[in-house]
Amino acid sequence: MYNIQVEHREGKVFRCAEKEDVLTAARRQGVAIPLGCRGGGCGMCKIQVTKGRFDRGKSSMEVLPEGEREKNYSLACKTYPLGDLTIKI
Amino acid sequence: MAIMRLGRAELKVMDLEKSVDYYTNVIGLEETGRSEGRVYMKAWDEYDHHSIVLQEADSPGLDHLAFKVEKLEDLAQFEKKVELFGCTVRRVSSGTRLAEGQAIRIETPTGHQVELYHDIERLGKKVGSVNPHPWPLETRGIAPHALDHCLLTGEDVETATRFFMEALGFKQSEKIMTVDGEVMLGSFLFTGNKAHDIAFVKGPDKKLHHAAFHVDNFYEVLKAADILSRNEVQIEVTPTRHGITRGQTIYFFDPSGNRNEAFCGGYMTYADFPTITWTEDRIGQGIFYHRRELIESFMKALT
Repeated sequence: MYNIQVEHREGKVFRCAEKEDVLTAARRQGVAIPLGCRGGGCGMCKIQVTKGRFDRGKSSMEVLPEGEREKNYSLACKTYPLGDLTIKI
Repeated sequence: MAIMRLGRAELKVMDLEKSVDYYTNVIGLEETGRSEGRVYMKAWDEYDHHSIVLQEADSPGLDHLAFKVEKLEDLAQFEKKVELFGCTVRRVSSGTRLAEGQAIRIETPTGHQVELYHDIERLGKKVGSVNPHPWPLETRGIAPHALDHCLLTGEDVETATRFFMEALGFKQSEKIMTVDGEVMLGSFLFTGNKAHDIAFVKGPDKKLHHAAFHVDNFYEVLKAADILSRNEVQIEVTPTRHGITRGQTIYFFDPSGNRNEAFCGGYMTYADFPTITWTEDRIGQGIFYHRRELIESFMKALT
């Protein structure tokens, strides 16, 4: 289990299991990340990871181009934490 | 010279094998062939070689849609009409994809790629066409009858409508208009006697909203929901009715985020079917007849 801290939302932390995606964990714990296709295709759940390492599942190049990937933008439905994270929604 | 029906949709997917598993085991299509980077499929009640082509790509979406014309000679005539309208069109040679003859490929005013074709290999159905049983024993998943329609988005729905009606001979079953009647926000177009073969709603150009499969009745829509939930597929809208087309529906997403629909029960259209109008203030009821309100993802999740 990892802690996911949401930036700009005082004290908002939710828990995410290893191999669980950030979107599912967030919504289960009442943290509203917009939800679309859950398939890495539509881009509605885009977040930025500002601290921590994560694995990225297949995500659309069109909605998440290379430049954004370098800045650690990610689709929450395809973001799998490798440790504690801080994210911006 | 006429377009008969929607014949195929080529969908871009990010993980080919995962998508093949979904379209064969959950949707319940039959794999009919493979070529480099592509897998071809058909529904059990379709005669032609394929109605869905999956193409491996780095982003999901629609590669192209294709409509089948009555005669091969129709292609040259449509080519002229499309050029006259001012859209670009080019020839696609026979054998570009598996089992397909030549086609013409058009860029629509909304930037989508639409092909017209006549020749395609015919595989037939497992039940045959002499004294056939009503359905085959060996189906899997939702097992729809056929590809039904596609909804696309574009900035200029009015011009897209004019193109399909004037250049390609479609008719309009329904439209969504702003309350003042000035701007067309949605357009539902048919070429045979379905409620729609293709539709447009106002949104970004070149995008796919959904590809829909035809099932028999509302119980089959409910059963589709059961199958999707059992397979943990992302369901966006649980079984309900559309005001537009009066059809019954469920919306869900394929593994790459392309939206699919299982659709049944829309009315039948005919050559002198008048166009039904929905006004923007009633669009919620037009789209989801019971909920009477749109949901954010339905407008924004596009591929």
